[in-house]
Amino acid sequence: MADTREGLEAFGDVLAVMVAGIFTLVGAIWFFGSSDPAMSFHGLLMMVGSAIAGIYILTVAFKEKAARAIGSYEPPEGYFDGPIKVTVVAAVIWGIAGFLVGVVLALQLAFPALNFDLPWISFGRLRPLHTSAVIFAFGGNVLIGTSFYVVQRTCHARLAGRWAPWFVVWGYQLFIAIAGTGYLLGITQAKEYAEPEWYADLFLTIIWVTYLLVFLGTIWRRKEPHIYVANWFYLAFIVTIAMLHLVNNAALPVSFTSPASYVLWSGVQDAMTQWWYGHNAVGFFLTAGFLGIMYYFIPKRVERPVYSYRLSIVHFWTLIFIYIWAGPHHLHYTALPEWAQTLGMTFSIMLWMPSWGGMINGLMTLSGAWDKLRTDAVVRLLVVSVAFYGMSTFEGPLMSIKAVNSLSHYTDWTIGHVHSGALGWVAMVSFGAIYCLVPWLWNRKGLYSMRLVEWHFWISTLGILLYITAMWVSGITQGLMWRAYDSLGFLQYSFIETVEAMHPYYVIRAIGGILFLTGALIMAYNVWRTIRGDEPVDIAEQPRVAAAPGLRLQPAE
Amino acid sequence: MKHEVFEKNSIILLVGILIVVSIGGLFQIAPLFWIDSTIEKVKGMRPYTPLEQAGRDIYIREGCYNCHSQMVRTLRDEVERYGHYSLAAESMYDHPFQWGSKRTGPDLARVGGKYSDQWHVEHLHNPRSVVPESIMPSYPWLLTRRVDPTDVEARLKTLRKVGVPYSDEMIASVRTDIAAQVNPDSRPARELLKRYPKARVAKFDGQAGVPATEMDALIAYLQVLGQLVDFATFDAAGPNLR
Repeated sequence: MADTREGLEAFGDVLAVMVAGIFTLVGAIWFFGSSDPAMSFHGLLMMVGSAIAGIYILTVAFKEKAARAIGSYEPPEGYFDGPIKVTVVAAVIWGIAGFLVGVVLALQLAFPALNFDLPWISFGRLRPLHTSAVIFAFGGNVLIGTSFYVVQRTCHARLAGRWAPWFVVWGYQLFIAIAGTGYLLGITQAKEYAEPEWYADLFLTIIWVTYLLVFLGTIWRRKEPHIYVANWFYLAFIVTIAMLHLVNNAALPVSFTSPASYVLWSGVQDAMTQWWYGHNAVGFFLTAGFLGIMYYFIPKRVERPVYSYRLSIVHFWTLIFIYIWAGPHHLHYTALPEWAQTLGMTFSIMLWMPSWGGMINGLMTLSGAWDKLRTDAVVRLLVVSVAFYGMSTFEGPLMSIKAVNSLSHYTDWTIGHVHSGALGWVAMVSFGAIYCLVPWLWNRKGLYSMRLVEWHFWISTLGILLYITAMWVSGITQGLMWRAYDSLGFLQYSFIETVEAMHPYYVIRAIGGILFLTGALIMAYNVWRTIRGDEPVDIAEQPRVAAAPGLRLQPAE
Repeated sequence: MKHEVFEKNSIILLVGILIVVSIGGLFQIAPLFWIDSTIEKVKGMRPYTPLEQAGRDIYIREGCYNCHSQMVRTLRDEVERYGHYSLAAESMYDHPFQWGSKRTGPDLARVGGKYSDQWHVEHLHNPRSVVPESIMPSYPWLLTRRVDPTDVEARLKTLRKVGVPYSDEMIASVRTDIAAQVNPDSRPARELLKRYPKARVAKFDGQAGVPATEMDALIAYLQVLGQLVDFATFDAAGPNLR
């Protein structure tokens, strides 16, 4: 038995070194072979990153071999939390980077001189960096980290793979670095939320398939007969994102050493494919995955079971079935055939029901524990996030109605809607999960400071409210100005007059963003002090679940 | 059927998810490839000239789509502001499409011919010199960077592989066509116009005797937007009714 395990581990080591070697080679080909400096730079990143990984794996393998020879080797036991720690720290760092770029963009719209006439930081290149940093870098790390945490705890099994989880985590960071620097250097395929070029896309595909295998492999090791509901959502998120990514990014590179490619689809078909992808990046990345967080972290934190098992089942299947149809609401009154627009609108309105079903299931989990909203700021972050989820999933169906969309589309109303979901729901639920995870993973008695969590909560809530109200006003104003007619039947406003009218709201929006960023900086400080092991300053105010599982006091009988 | 089946078998759960999430795309995307009326029958559409395509790639590189749509919706005020509503046929050779999702700046689907080349040069160099209230970034680097004909040739060959109907002749004359489009009243320019009707031939950036710059390319692209379809022969109520 010990021999089999040893043999398997040796095989895994050899495989991991080979994979690292292949990536080093591919990186070298791009570094030396590409005439595009940006792609050479990406080749260098790939080459150096993979070479370091390969050398590290070899060192570890030889150390273990030596330890085995003298009989002092202890195989790793228990949960595999190292990769999760990396994602938690990465999420905090990328989150701050993404929010900061968002603030810069907001200020550029209010004060265009801030583009500084430099290509690398002009609005058009910076905006994809912001969206990718917050969605894929911040959100993605939270999703990978929490899914690895939740699947181990709910299956009572160690994460599958020895090197695979590390590859998923570090490979994903490398992908982010390649994609993000690419935008600044002008490498993009100009499909919203799918801007990375073909080579970054292929690299992500390999990482994602490994992610799926690690996740499934852990489920196969489970000691519980049932797969817990949070894992259904994570699984749907992982496989659907794989499907969307492959279809939307199907492209032909100009050559193996050219960063450019052309997508196989064109015009109207490309538009439909893109928004099928784009809306389901929202539906499966930013919704299904984060619902997995809701279904684990809210019950755990408030120490109550999920409100309704039956509602979970209905919620899950209806949500994933209906969401996938909603894409065409991004294309109302365009050259997309009307039947497709009508289908998109119909399903978007239907989507209201499963969304609120899920919201109710999350909120009602607090039955009998509503006082925790007052006493535990982490619970408040989690619950308010679900409330924002409910609000934006009501606003979404409303905006998908063609008559409403004719006003809201192309305006800041859409931007406001996205941010009520992204800041209110995705980021707040992520903050809640991070505040839970840090003491649990680093084995601490609690967070460094619960009062700082209170500050974070209120500052970011205020920031979100400023942001979305400013965008409602600017969006609706601009939409109305575009369609305003004077008494003689002419269009009343030139386009530039509608731009001028936006200025005060763009300033307010930037202030909202600065507040939100400040909240995240407070979180980073709190997380850092907690990880460092500083004594909590207000342990008496923290619930017993704030502590790592091994350090919790048993409730009094 | 009990839901237990899904909860106890990860593969059945996985297959169930895949089936459920595939249906929407199969119904909404797949038919667009075979329903004939999806792309209207129009006269005048052609692939972009090499210089226009180079301009389009710059448009993509600089992320113009983040603030400008290229899709006039079928709404009264949009048709009055921008012109005839956009047809699917007008973006049939666009890999990728650039319909956009936000109008921080105005729609560009029909910007071609609306402003002079010189206006575009001034505007791209410093938008506030011609529109004081503008919040658009400046793009001064376009004036000095050159279009690389080798790169454009490779790109057009790739576009042909993904379905853009470039002929052998068009591919063979990429280099001369790039030079010809910034060299008005020349013999190569007349040949370019035979291959690509309605192309605008001009010293777009105003710099005489200089190989095509990125400014030339981007303006050539902007000036052709919305210019190709012959609306005199387009019948919206005819075979295109959908």
